[in-house]
Amino acid sequence: MTMIFEPDFGTPASHKLDQVNLEIDGRTITVPADTSIMRAALVAGIDIPKLCSTDSLKAFGSCRLCIIQIDGRNGTPSSCTTPVAEGMKVSTQSEKLDRIRKGVMELYLSDHPADCATGDECEVHGVAKKIGITTSRYTNTETHLDLVKDESNPYFTFDSTECIVCNRCVRACDEVQGTFALTIENRGFEARVSSSGTSFIESECVSCGACVQACPTGALTEKTLLTIGTPTSSVITTCAYCGVGCSFKAEMRGEELVRMVPLKTGGANEGHSCVKGRFAYGYATHTDRITKPMIRAAITDPWKEVSWAEAIAYAADGLKKIQSESGINAIGGITSSRCTNEEVFVVQKMVRAAFGNNNVDTCARVCHSPTGYGLGQTFGTSAGTQDFESVEHSDVIMLIGANPTSAHPVFASRMKKAIRKGAKLIIIDPRVIALVRTPGVVAAHHLQLMPGTNVAVINALAHVIATDGLIKREFVEERCDAQSFSDWEKFISLPENSPEALEASSRVPAGQIRAAAHLFANAKNGSIYYGLGVTEHSQGSTMVMGIANLAMATGNIGRKGVGVNPLRGQNNVQGSCDMGSFPHELSGYRHISNPDTRKIFNDAWGIELQAEPGMRIPNMFDSAIVGEYRGLFVQGEDIAQSDPNTSHVHAALRAMDMVIVQDLFLNETSKFAHVFFPGTSFLEKDGTFTNAERRINRVRPVMKSKIGKSEFDVACELSTAMGYPMSYENSAAIMDEIAATTPTFSGVSFKTLDELGSIQWPCNEANPAGTPTMHIDHFVRGEGQFMKTPYVPTDEKASRKFPLLLTTGRVLSQYNVGAQTRRTANNIWHTEDILDLHESDAQLRGIEDGSWVKLSSRVGETIMKARITDEVPAGVVYTTFHFPESGANVITTDYSDWATNCPEYKVTAVEISPSIKGPGEMIETHISGDPQLDSIIRMANQIAANVPESGAPEIQIAHHLVQFWTPSMIERLQNDVNKAELSPIVLKAIEILLVRN
Amino acid sequence: MKVFVPGDSAAISVGADDVAAAITKIDSSIEIIRNGSRGALWLETLVEVETPSGRIAYGPVTVQDVSSLFEADFLHGGSHALSLGKTDEISWLANQDRVTFARVGIIDPLSLDAYCAHGGLLGLRKALELSSQALIDEVTDSGLRGRGGAAFPAGIKWRTAAQATSDQKYICCNADEGDSGTFADRMLIEGDPFTLIEGMTIAAIAVGATEGIVYLRSEYPYAIAILQKAIDIARADSWLGKSVLGSAHSFDIQIRVGAGSYVCGEETAMLESIEGKRGVVRAKPPLPAIEGLFGKPTIINNVLTLATVPMILAEGAAVYKARGVGRSLGTQVFQLAGNIARGGIVETAFGITLKELINTYGGGTLTGRPLRAVQIGGPLGAYFSTAQFETSMDYESLIAAGGMLGHGGIVVFDDTVDLAVQAKFAMEFCAIESCGKCTPCRIGSTRGAETIDLIIQGVRVYENKRLLLDLCEVMTDGSLCAMGGLTPMPVKSAMINFSSDFTGAAR
Repeated sequence: MTMIFEPDFGTPASHKLDQVNLEIDGRTITVPADTSIMRAALVAGIDIPKLCSTDSLKAFGSCRLCIIQIDGRNGTPSSCTTPVAEGMKVSTQSEKLDRIRKGVMELYLSDHPADCATGDECEVHGVAKKIGITTSRYTNTETHLDLVKDESNPYFTFDSTECIVCNRCVRACDEVQGTFALTIENRGFEARVSSSGTSFIESECVSCGACVQACPTGALTEKTLLTIGTPTSSVITTCAYCGVGCSFKAEMRGEELVRMVPLKTGGANEGHSCVKGRFAYGYATHTDRITKPMIRAAITDPWKEVSWAEAIAYAADGLKKIQSESGINAIGGITSSRCTNEEVFVVQKMVRAAFGNNNVDTCARVCHSPTGYGLGQTFGTSAGTQDFESVEHSDVIMLIGANPTSAHPVFASRMKKAIRKGAKLIIIDPRVIALVRTPGVVAAHHLQLMPGTNVAVINALAHVIATDGLIKREFVEERCDAQSFSDWEKFISLPENSPEALEASSRVPAGQIRAAAHLFANAKNGSIYYGLGVTEHSQGSTMVMGIANLAMATGNIGRKGVGVNPLRGQNNVQGSCDMGSFPHELSGYRHISNPDTRKIFNDAWGIELQAEPGMRIPNMFDSAIVGEYRGLFVQGEDIAQSDPNTSHVHAALRAMDMVIVQDLFLNETSKFAHVFFPGTSFLEKDGTFTNAERRINRVRPVMKSKIGKSEFDVACELSTAMGYPMSYENSAAIMDEIAATTPTFSGVSFKTLDELGSIQWPCNEANPAGTPTMHIDHFVRGEGQFMKTPYVPTDEKASRKFPLLLTTGRVLSQYNVGAQTRRTANNIWHTEDILDLHESDAQLRGIEDGSWVKLSSRVGETIMKARITDEVPAGVVYTTFHFPESGANVITTDYSDWATNCPEYKVTAVEISPSIKGPGEMIETHISGDPQLDSIIRMANQIAANVPESGAPEIQIAHHLVQFWTPSMIERLQNDVNKAELSPIVLKAIEILLVRN
Repeated sequence: MKVFVPGDSAAISVGADDVAAAITKIDSSIEIIRNGSRGALWLETLVEVETPSGRIAYGPVTVQDVSSLFEADFLHGGSHALSLGKTDEISWLANQDRVTFARVGIIDPLSLDAYCAHGGLLGLRKALELSSQALIDEVTDSGLRGRGGAAFPAGIKWRTAAQATSDQKYICCNADEGDSGTFADRMLIEGDPFTLIEGMTIAAIAVGATEGIVYLRSEYPYAIAILQKAIDIARADSWLGKSVLGSAHSFDIQIRVGAGSYVCGEETAMLESIEGKRGVVRAKPPLPAIEGLFGKPTIINNVLTLATVPMILAEGAAVYKARGVGRSLGTQVFQLAGNIARGGIVETAFGITLKELINTYGGGTLTGRPLRAVQIGGPLGAYFSTAQFETSMDYESLIAAGGMLGHGGIVVFDDTVDLAVQAKFAMEFCAIESCGKCTPCRIGSTRGAETIDLIIQGVRVYENKRLLLDLCEVMTDGSLCAMGGLTPMPVKSAMINFSSDFTGAAR
């Protein structure tokens, strides 16, 4: 393996269409207008020395090494700051230029260590050699060589003695990251780079690494580069944290990973990174890693290390035994959004082919399943409509229930860049997130709604747009279904949807809604970005449809700068959904009930697929508690920590007879497991991840698998042991099968991916290079479908006993359940989950900042530290769920989205009180009765409440049940439920289903 | 009874406030006008009395002289040891050609009536009658060049900004007068602020700007106060605001106070400072006239440039360009400072010789010792020797002589000066004031001072002189802006014109 070298053309590319011809050193060169002379020369292979310029940053013109001479012009301008012009004649070499460059370099060398710590990494010595000078005539001079190193950041050092004050770090922090944490202090010779007058760790720095990346010397250096040494080889791969899916060069020295360097040609990140992807990869080689399979008879027994063969046989025997006793549907599996598309595809295939049922679900159930439902209904496909770059073309950006500076930092930087260029920002969030006001960004509107009232706000916005004549009728008439639009328009124009009528629920002043609606509707390009603050609600799917309605009504679909864009939580949550992980869908979002789709797989796999949907994760838990569901394979997801209502989840896991966990580490779920299969980290995987912009990125192995095999081999072996032989030569072969069976992936192969770098699906004959923007001429489903979105308040209401509403989220330095980040130095920033509350709520309860508080809901209680802040309004409290000790999900309930069962993580009625002691045992509630029946009743009534009353609601309900419920659940609804507990429309729907049968 | 006691900072620094108070104390019925300074600084405090035969001057008056002035009946022009006769007949003043400074020292700076009575607003009224094109043609035709030092033709700059399309344009007046030995901007603002406001308003009309900003250094508290009052008066009089003098043009002005950085007088660093950022030089292109303040087309002109515009409009380009020589047309406001007997403002047409300025107007050194060196154009200007006294004071002749006119400041030294020390000072000044962006200026200035120090100490004199000259080339041709680019000018001119000071032997 060799080092992958990315050329640096000094200044950013020009996007001008007109071309300019010029002559450089006698060579005729044609480049786009506004290109710098430097870039024109470097692209043509003519070298120009430089230190302060790099093509990720605007030209600065400070080092004065890149000077050139131009015929007919005076002086020696810098080539980085001088744009090309037609007919220009440029010389990059002359005696005079050589003299000045040497003179400048002498100045640099007079205040720079003769031997840099990073050796050849230092561009000063490299450029000095190139221009033929190694020493300086200035001697016994004043220097900065006695300055002290700042080692405060866990990942990189700042050594001011090596700093040449080129400002690349400061500019990267400003222009690329948008944090403005760095500056230059003092003037003249005393000008030095400073993390704004304090140490890096105490500064505003977010450790994204952009400054380290930009630094041409050893001044800002990864600590690993100093301890491990210069890398000798590199591999391009994809980050395994959030759904942005940044591309990195993993740089190795022998078998050791030296550093992760963001890839400039990475489609998602274009050379940028965040603290997690750039630095927090140490978990992959953490000593906690389990690398050998383990089994045990009972969850109270100690684990026993066994061979792979024994572990596989033990697991298969257990599962087969269950099926022989309780039927083919008594087992199932959960695929992982942390795993590759290939691994996911194989696991869902194992469930459908070897387990013989459709009981496969994925962790997207608890995050973006409403996106799948909502966008599927309105647009016809479950995915964001744009690429990330699109946001830089937006004039107005609406950000709903997402906190990208913490959860999607690299995308947040792009968004901030767009805002600094003039885009307006509308934020809909209960919390004062950073983007409301941060350096360079002031949101035009912050609609600070109460948790659980998203639909009220989106309806109010749409109402204003409809009733103030702001609908883009031309777009709607040309692109959308006329009947659904006119129904929707009537519905949304009803007075009950006006901002004034909904103000009491949402607490957003009507005037603000009206102003924001006008701003958005009048934008040339308006885009909507949203996160789990939209989906994780009892009306999550309704809200997604409300967002889609708004985008269609304002004509914001089908070009750059617009669209509806879910910010996906996990690296491959898009991919795991694409790969057929949902119980009702096969890969490419094709319903299991479609015989043509089933035929493709029946033929390919030599099986007979069940035609009805299998169980969703919550259905699995409910069935487990009543003893019908007894065996589970769960890969790379810690459901015991991450799923809501921990008591309920634990009870379900405890009730099962064979729980198989595959993970990097022992986790909360493995406490209930009988078999533990070790997994592989992203650094060992070979495959693909698909990010939030539908971009399929290659994941390439950087080091040998620590478990001695590929992770997909384990599913294949388990499948084979279950009686369905399965094996693949490599991941590429799996992708070939995906492509052969999935129309939207038909053009995808590892070969094409290696050629193109990445591909955004759909990729097929019509779009061989993929599809950056979707729905350009028509929607995937044909015409855009407007959906009525009645606002139904959640049943989870603040009460006298639980007067506060808890909402949850993430911080920058930690990631989800923390399995990865807690095993890195990121703990320096965030060591525990903290409860944020407003001062008035704190005073009322005698709670002091930093003190312990007991947090309780109707399902459980826990203890954590309080932080008094005005980032949450009175009546709302907030925490993260990164640490198992705090067990935030002990508090959250099993209420969920009516259409998809996505848990309502974002609204839990709670009470808090001072606590004299810190966290101890979490208090779980006893689960009794028939939770499955309770869920069936609640879900059925919830569906009825959310289906619009007009237009045969019973038929819609019946259709929904057949599409998404398992046959056994429908059966219980028909036979076991006390009819008095069901809404009359559900009863009508049951009648329809009976007739149908 | 009207008595004029200048309210100018220079006059106040030698006791003008005390003099005014003392006069009032003796006779509170006397109306005291705090006019600007006439510019004859060695005569400050210059007290004038209005008499039927004209204004009679006394000076320099100190507070101790006040009672004797009353005793001499100065209120009626009575004779006194400090009598200077009719102000208009003081030859030092009478021989000048005051155009930009026509009203300075004569009127009450904050009296709009007095301003209009002395020709104020005629230029603006003319401008409102002209098309933008015709207006800019008039300015271009006058030959007016930027008085801040770069001498760029004002009309061409205006045309560039006028042709740029933008929702917003700005007029920025550079009043960050940081050159040692210069004070004309301050004296104009303190003595005739309405002229500057009128000039800026004309520029705004010419290019289509609606906002004006005066970047005024914090070291000029009196100028800040006076200009602010003048702006308030102009606004109250509907001259500034939504409708300039009842026209369709909207224009208003605000003052931004600089924080004390020399380099913020460099136009792009000034823009950064106004935007609230560190005062760091921007690379050009883009030109500020196309992409300036907050990225919008911006005219940046010096105080004197803008203050000259009203006269050009009022009297016509031809009248203005009838003065001067070659491509240096009109008048220059010279400022005589340093070791000079009669310092102050001398406004004459371009083309006067250095000798005439120094000897005839300046009267030689203040110490009476032989004059040895003259630095022209501020701390980055060249040192001239007496051998160059016949040099014509215009842009081209000075460049030909290895110097530059700059902002018109002239600092005189007698024969005690050591030019090697002065050369070192130039580098030290640059080291302190450099914005720290480009390497030649940031590191070069410190290395320059160190190297000259070695020469002074007699260490490897030949090698270090060689190194110093190489450094001068790097700074001249390699620096990003004029700060580093011009610092070698005083150094090299000292080395050439006063080579005996660079031998390493003690002087």
